[in-house]
Amino acid sequence: MLLQLLFRFLIGGAVVCAFAAVSDVLKPKRFAGLFGAAPSVALATLSLTISSQGKLYAAAETRSMIAGAAAFFVYAFCATWLLLKRNASSLLVTVSLIPVWLVVSFGLWFLLLR
Amino acid sequence: MSVSVDFSGLRQARWYRFALRFFFGGIICVLAGMIADKYGRGVGGLFLAFPAIFPASATLLENQQKEKKEKVGLHGTIRGRKVAGVDAAGAAMGSIGLMVFAGVVWQLLSGHAPWLVLLGVTVIWFAVSVAIWRARSPLVHWSKRKKRREL
Repeated sequence: MLLQLLFRFLIGGAVVCAFAAVSDVLKPKRFAGLFGAAPSVALATLSLTISSQGKLYAAAETRSMIAGAAAFFVYAFCATWLLLKRNASSLLVTVSLIPVWLVVSFGLWFLLLR
Repeated sequence: MSVSVDFSGLRQARWYRFALRFFFGGIICVLAGMIADKYGRGVGGLFLAFPAIFPASATLLENQQKEKKEKVGLHGTIRGRKVAGVDAAGAAMGSIGLMVFAGVVWQLLSGHAPWLVLLGVTVIWFAVSVAIWRARSPLVHWSKRKKRREL
């Protein structure tokens, strides 16, 4: 169990770093920003889930992921507005908007996908 | 605006930037698995699109820009926040690609080879995100021109 968690941690970290490295070499910044929403966590988690739980279980997870991604859009849109128009601190904005992601994703899942 | 590749970005990157991303990426993968085990695949799936790395990336980007400006004797706080904001705008566009990614995997995974679906859908995510980024640029220029004409 512990070994499985460690493996999941290492795979997740490695995939995220690979996408981050691609983002670091791309210009302009708005284009590189696309990689802020790269499916790195999804790719790592889905590969491991497919091997442990099977394809059907993983497919069901991606159905909910649609709501999570829609919430990510709302989160990133709000962050853009606060950083560009209100000139707020990045750390403050990105951390304080996490509840927005939680409310939107769980709300969409509860209303449309449950 | 054309896209370019600049490897100096990698050379300038500090090791802790990658260590932080590695840590948060690993943690969210572990958490997504644990949440799915405890609360079911429905709730667990939401966390496949959790913005876990985004706060760290945006803060690092702001600090990097600030350091750059301070090296030449300028105050870089505002510049750093603007750059982080531009990065967030890119992430908003990428998240539309992420929705398409999830929808395509949901529809295709059960009937096809997993590696083929995951590889193909990553290409689709990139293509959709780039298409949105390309479509948005002329709209922004048009809106700026319109505002200038109104003034």
